[in-house]
Amino acid sequence: MSELVFFDSTLRDGSHAIKHQLTRENIQDYCRAMDGAKMHTILVGHGNGLGASSMQVGLSLLDDQKMLQIARDNLSDTKLGAFLIPGFGTIKDNIMPAIEIGVDLFCVAAHCTEADVTRQHIEYVRRKGKDAYGILMMYHMATTEKLIEEALKMQEYGAQGIIVMDSAGASTPDMVQNTISALVSELDINVGFHSHNNLGLGVANAYTAIKAGATIIDGTIRGFGAGAGNCQLEALEALLKKVGIKTNHDFYKMLDASENVVAHIGNRSQGIDSINIVSGLAGVFSAFATQVNKAAEAFHVDSRDIFMELGKRKVVGGQEDAIIDVAMNLAQQQKRDETSYLMESLL
Amino acid sequence: MRKVKVGIIGTGNIGTDLLIKIQRSEVLECSIFAGRNLDSLGMQMAMDLGVKVSADSIKAIEDDPSCCDIVFDATSAKVHLYNAPILKKLNKFVIDLTPSQIGKMCIPVLNLDECLDSNNVNLITCGGQATIPIAHVISSVHPETDYIEIVASISSKSAGPGTRNNIDEFTQTTREALSNFTGVENTKAIIVMNPAEPPVIMRNTIYAKIDKPDIALLHKKIHEMATRIQEYVPGYKVILGPIFEDGRVTTTIEVLGLGDYLPEYSGNLDIITCAAIKIAEEYAIKRLLVDKEASQ
Repeated sequence: MSELVFFDSTLRDGSHAIKHQLTRENIQDYCRAMDGAKMHTILVGHGNGLGASSMQVGLSLLDDQKMLQIARDNLSDTKLGAFLIPGFGTIKDNIMPAIEIGVDLFCVAAHCTEADVTRQHIEYVRRKGKDAYGILMMYHMATTEKLIEEALKMQEYGAQGIIVMDSAGASTPDMVQNTISALVSELDINVGFHSHNNLGLGVANAYTAIKAGATIIDGTIRGFGAGAGNCQLEALEALLKKVGIKTNHDFYKMLDASENVVAHIGNRSQGIDSINIVSGLAGVFSAFATQVNKAAEAFHVDSRDIFMELGKRKVVGGQEDAIIDVAMNLAQQQKRDETSYLMESLL
Repeated sequence: MRKVKVGIIGTGNIGTDLLIKIQRSEVLECSIFAGRNLDSLGMQMAMDLGVKVSADSIKAIEDDPSCCDIVFDATSAKVHLYNAPILKKLNKFVIDLTPSQIGKMCIPVLNLDECLDSNNVNLITCGGQATIPIAHVISSVHPETDYIEIVASISSKSAGPGTRNNIDEFTQTTREALSNFTGVENTKAIIVMNPAEPPVIMRNTIYAKIDKPDIALLHKKIHEMATRIQEYVPGYKVILGPIFEDGRVTTTIEVLGLGDYLPEYSGNLDIITCAAIKIAEEYAIKRLLVDKEASQ
């Protein structure tokens, strides 16, 4: 795989955008529309992967196995992929049943400094003769040297490629350029990039990654994903056409899937709102947005303050329980401030 | 007072923390500290303490069976599968700190007495030790609870290579133990490692789906349970809740360690090593009494 390929995470990252409420029809219609568009893989499931449907990060409407089965029944020309974060899903409860259903490829993900937790899962998937890719999430939180070290571990476990995720949408183009070119020169396997659009750079950062040597772009149709969404694959495809980078994707099929299917999933328009921008600036996992907004409302505090505080605490994906804690503390702080203001005005 | 001899297999974070804690025990003494690498920090520490060390792991005990009565296994789930039958043959009382699921699952505050009659006691996981007692309280107050979930977040620095290579068993075992102890079939366990500097203190959140929770009663019972756990894990503390929001009862626990081997943020070490020491001490006291009666 040295030509450029797309990993289509519309039905995975998009799950975040609609609070994990993907329906049978959504999955069926999307897979039918995209089968034949020559995506390398279509990933399907809860936004945080197999076994992640939970109160901590959000319960999904359909369970993992149902979602994968529906996708399997409607894909014949494209690999079916599943995402898994060790610590959420397990081999016994999640990977084994997924293989049974016919998943071809697994993206095994860890926070960017914790690659060694993916060993068991990557090795297992490879032993079963399926494809395994290593995912380093929240890459902006680690130095390039550290990322290389972690990526090399995944390569050693048997990963066929490494995808770096800008999970918080906190990347500058320079960061992407430096990180990707360093990984490309140090690894023997393919390097990929997954962006978020918090700072309006979803497509641009994916393009920068390609220029720096990335051969996998993980994105979504219509940018349908957590927070401000992802690299919009059909827009990137158009850009690639313009600059003469060849792919074998069916461009019109991608556009049709966007208009005919993705535009009708949920009732949310994909765009960058103020909260997304603050979240990107704070460097917090994009998928926190839903719960942050909920907590802000419940505790009468500003969701932007919650994001900035979460950023200061350096929380990572999966630590959603910190949101309530931060919101409560901010609310108490607010009360104290009001009381002392009241006291001062009395003096 | 006479002391009961214990052996420790596995000289990583957990094994070394046990070693230090045993130095303070009035009824336990460590007679062999066995692993694979004599150059490890744990081995160095044992040598400094004058404890006998060996790089032959389980074989050190096989070769000299009378060296100890109690064995702590702090290796890995896979290695314990190999060690367990050997230790059984040697008739040792085994306290397994790996997520192997071989022995009887023990949460001291819930089922210590019945575990002392078993010859292999399993300590589940640190996340299990921290959250299952609270989940047990919740399911006792509300038997109609139809879903319980726990999230354990620990600092990356406190998770050694053993824990990392066992993350799958860790997650699976915690979830299964959660079901066993609560009777709630639908459960979930999530483990998150956080690399933030300075390291974060071990934090555990327990969620339960209950339609009409009696928060006042839950509050009382959960805090009573926390007080009982504090008897053997002093740094155990409820820091949030129980509160009812978004259709779920949420309780958050923080566990501060004693700072024996790793610094205080590593409550995940203490929650499981303190439980192991508690079990070993109870077993030792029982045994010393039997020996005393026999000699009279």
